[in-house]
Amino acid sequence: MFSISVGEFLRSRGVTRRDFLRFCTATTVALGLPATLTPRVAAALEQARRPSVIWLPFQECTGCTESITRAHGATLESLIFEAISLDYQHTLQAAAGDAAERAREQAMKDNWGRYLLIVDGSIPTGNPGYSTIAGHDNLSMLREAADGAAAIIALGSCAAFGGIPGAQPNPTGAVSVADLIRDKPIVNVSGCPPIPVVITAVLTQYVTFGTLPELDALGRPKAFYGQTIHDRCYRRPFYERGQFADSFDDEGARLGWCLYKLGCRGPTTYNACATVKWNNGTSFPIEAGHGCIGCAEPGFWDNGGFYRALSTGNWGSARTVGTAIGVGAALGIASAALARKRQRDAEGA
Amino acid sequence: MTLLEFARGPALQWSITIFIVGVLWRLLGIVLLRTKKDLSEPRNPAAWKGLRLIALRSWPRREFLGGTAFGEVMGYAFHIGFLLTLFFYAPHVLFFADVSRGLIGTDLQGLTGFAWPMLPNGIVTLLAAISIAALVAVLVHRIVNPVKRLISNFDDYFSWFVTVTPLVTGLAAFAHFAGWPYERLLAYHLLSVELLLVWFPFGKLMHAFTIFAARGATGLIFERRGASL
Repeated sequence: MFSISVGEFLRSRGVTRRDFLRFCTATTVALGLPATLTPRVAAALEQARRPSVIWLPFQECTGCTESITRAHGATLESLIFEAISLDYQHTLQAAAGDAAERAREQAMKDNWGRYLLIVDGSIPTGNPGYSTIAGHDNLSMLREAADGAAAIIALGSCAAFGGIPGAQPNPTGAVSVADLIRDKPIVNVSGCPPIPVVITAVLTQYVTFGTLPELDALGRPKAFYGQTIHDRCYRRPFYERGQFADSFDDEGARLGWCLYKLGCRGPTTYNACATVKWNNGTSFPIEAGHGCIGCAEPGFWDNGGFYRALSTGNWGSARTVGTAIGVGAALGIASAALARKRQRDAEGA
Repeated sequence: MTLLEFARGPALQWSITIFIVGVLWRLLGIVLLRTKKDLSEPRNPAAWKGLRLIALRSWPRREFLGGTAFGEVMGYAFHIGFLLTLFFYAPHVLFFADVSRGLIGTDLQGLTGFAWPMLPNGIVTLLAAISIAALVAVLVHRIVNPVKRLISNFDDYFSWFVTVTPLVTGLAAFAHFAGWPYERLLAYHLLSVELLLVWFPFGKLMHAFTIFAARGATGLIFERRGASL
């Protein structure tokens, strides 16, 4: 499984030295490391043995897989991704059924305690039959694979926080990896889907230094989830000036004004979309004219309507307010009546 | 349920309910009180002219200017800053529009055709900072001045606290204070506003509803009795 080095592998795929160094520089900076470490990253990465990776897709839509493997075409990121020894991923691998399962078991046995486990999709805790792979339910498969893993990467918001399967009413009892596994280091790479470069950067750091990145309170790499979309959004100056689009086709929208009023979740969403962007750095949702939906945050599907401004609250219904008015009026009338009675009594005395 | 969900959900609903109940309770309790019939001959039959007192008391009297100027200036600085921040900061305007849509099915623009104007964030930030500075100044004055200190009670200090807190937390949320997560700062801001709403009807903040009516009533009595306004 650790047959050739990453450097040898990349050279065999026709990657030039210049491209390789450019990737190392970008990855070093993206990880929040000093740029002076680039030569060390390059040297370590070139010599690193390809680590074994086992990827378990559970209750997911394959969007995370699409994002990582298809979004940029044959870029250095995808080549680096291929440079790991991906020993099991039932969507991508040619083998299926018992043959695939035997490959997984063999890879786990050969690399016990050393392999990286990538999980995408949430894990149903209800009926084990809700989601199975080759007859194995997701929960027992995760526990078995996690036992021998050096670390786990929870890829996408479903694996990191429960995601859409975990949204109300959560019929399958879907939970995140961290809800079930407590004794292994877990990196949450959230997003629906996550940004490809984030996963490759995490893998690169692991391959290069043998360490996992510094994480935030939600277990996400700080280098990518340290700031909100809003903090780095190119439309932020319009927010500062109070210039907002009122609808998706008004003058404000055409002028590229802030989408806060249209429900943008940028201020409460921590991700690197505004800086790293998507489709090979082309743009990100806000640049395409739609507000951020906060997909990298826990419970994003249940956090109110996507088109309600963040400042609006669930302040109650007209009925609640009406009841409050009725109760307040009754109390006021009653207290005034009591005061009048006291006045009369005092005058009588 | 996260802190923000709690702040913008149950806490907001309860605080608004308590605010409405409390304000109506106190207002009706005052308005419906029995007033003694004044049997004396009015010195001035046009007693309604006493309503001038509402405006007259909003401006310092020349002879007392030396003693009241500080309070007047700070009072205006705080109130103008606070009200403009409250009603013309973009997210606040959106909040009120949402409340309006929930209550009557439309917002001001839908109702009148006129959009509710918003102030640029830079100006609102400055106004909020001025309000906070004025509040700090009047608190220091209250503590330093022996007479004011003597007549101050818990109500004065707590009302000051619940008034300044939303301004401070609002500024903190706007400035992403200390790199704290925005949703945490927003939750603190909402909770501080909710504390203000809950305390409002039961403390001296209630003057917002009673001050002009009280001045008017006093002016009517003074005018009837021929007192100088």
